[in-house]
Amino acid sequence: MAKIKSEMAGTVLEIKVKVGDTVTKGQEVAVVESMKMEVPLQADVAGKVSKILKNAGDFLNEGEALIELA
Amino acid sequence: MEDISRLQEKLRAGGDAKYHEKNKESGKLFARKRIELLIDAGSFIEDGLFANCMNEGLPADGVVTGLGMVEGRKVAIMANDSTVKAGSWGARTVEKILRLQETAQQLQIPVFYLVDSAGARITDQIEMFPGRRGAGRIFYNEARLSGKIPQICLLFGPSAAGGAYIPAFCDLLIMVDGNASMYLGSPRMAESVIGEKVTLEEMGGARMHCTDSGVGDILVSDEPAAIEQAKKYLRFVPQNEKEAPPKVKGIAPATACAALKDKVPQQDNKAYNMREVLDAVVDAGSIFELKELYAKELITVLARIDGAPVGILANQPMVKGGVLFVNSSDKAARFIQLCSAWGIPILFLSDVPGFMIGSKIEKEGMIRAGAKLIYALSNARVPKIQLIVRKAFGAGLYAMSGPAFGSDCVLALPTAQVAVMGPEPAINAVYFNKMAEMKPEEKAAFLKEKTAEYQKEINILRIAGELIVDAMIDFSQIRDELVKRLRFYDRPKEPMSAPGIMPM
Repeated sequence: MAKIKSEMAGTVLEIKVKVGDTVTKGQEVAVVESMKMEVPLQADVAGKVSKILKNAGDFLNEGEALIELA
Repeated sequence: MEDISRLQEKLRAGGDAKYHEKNKESGKLFARKRIELLIDAGSFIEDGLFANCMNEGLPADGVVTGLGMVEGRKVAIMANDSTVKAGSWGARTVEKILRLQETAQQLQIPVFYLVDSAGARITDQIEMFPGRRGAGRIFYNEARLSGKIPQICLLFGPSAAGGAYIPAFCDLLIMVDGNASMYLGSPRMAESVIGEKVTLEEMGGARMHCTDSGVGDILVSDEPAAIEQAKKYLRFVPQNEKEAPPKVKGIAPATACAALKDKVPQQDNKAYNMREVLDAVVDAGSIFELKELYAKELITVLARIDGAPVGILANQPMVKGGVLFVNSSDKAARFIQLCSAWGIPILFLSDVPGFMIGSKIEKEGMIRAGAKLIYALSNARVPKIQLIVRKAFGAGLYAMSGPAFGSDCVLALPTAQVAVMGPEPAINAVYFNKMAEMKPEEKAAFLKEKTAEYQKEINILRIAGELIVDAMIDFSQIRDELVKRLRFYDRPKEPMSAPGIMPM
């Protein structure tokens, strides 16, 4: 099981996938707002979305997982 | 009488055939083959071939040292021979490396360290480890030679324990994926001493060092690629710090800078790929990137603008919003020092929201790392140009060679914004108490009104009107402007001042 983690602390602005979606490596899956910047969050491996751990508006710490891939 | 030719041939063959075979299986070339690929044919002059020759099984004492020409330029080379006791160091191995460094210093020529070594020969430790001309002297010499003559390390195999410091002191470290490794204690030692179970690749593999620790500069897939990269680097740097870096004939960029107008978003929070700006600014195909996989929010490349070498630091809004972190600050500081040592002018492409904030990064020493970057910048001895591509907020303005940092010029594009911080945090800071008492809709309207006022305040034309930037230019003018200015600012490096006390 792979996890897609945020590289920096910030607020989840948008989640672009839903449970069951297949994602490819490098696909933009979410946008995190940090330091007033929209920071794209990309999948570093391909997989199927099995769990979304946060909602838009939630705080996400550096290294914290947002999405789990099966 | 000894048949010297026959003996030379025997010694040049290195260790036992089975070790040659083993190297071949893992994609490793013989030390002498590596040198052959690096230098101009027939140019090698070797010293110390007969080191330890009275002892069987230790040809050249496990290291090849000598002088040769790379693309017509004199260089000094050492290459560990991993077919001889796994390239480990005995007393004569160390002595040969020391003498090579001394020769390079005498001749003021670059040194190539072709490293593939298991480290100290423990059986010889008293002779090779602790004394005045023991292994420690190699690192002492490297540190003293740093920034005086180029030192380039190609890591083909292990570089263990103390040996790991040879690569660490070089200006450039190229690592072969899968074979190169650096570690102070092996996985076996880590398990016995601290109880950690870890693979060699995780502990000290080339990819790890080029991505996570940042010790490695360039990750390559095989040995010929490593040698090619080393030659490319040499084309950017002079023989020593007294000379100017080589220039070549200029060529046009791969893309037109006018097209950047549609690629750099006006809105300051949108991501885009700064590499597109690089492609439109530098001579096509001239980019030589350092630490591409490490701290990717800041891009550091050597490149050419109209044939002249230039070091570029560029914020990358695609990664971590282009914010400066501890690692990116370290990366920037080191790159600035490298350019400064070799007389390479520096171009800063600025689109930076500032240094990262929050409790985590403060504990990591963000202030210390940021100070290191600004210290390196302030002490750089070469021309500096800041091009504000979009944002230059907070201390980010300073870190990217802002107006107060001795820049030869500060240029701004129409998308540029200069401020202590962006509109929203600024308004929050000033009107926090007032806004806390407002109803949500009232607050939204207030924020909108104040944002408009703030944007007017930090409008780039106002900034230009105050002479904070030296010139406003359009996207289509970037390349020509840089060509002309770099040509004009071209000059010998400022003399080296006392090293001071660098924050780190």
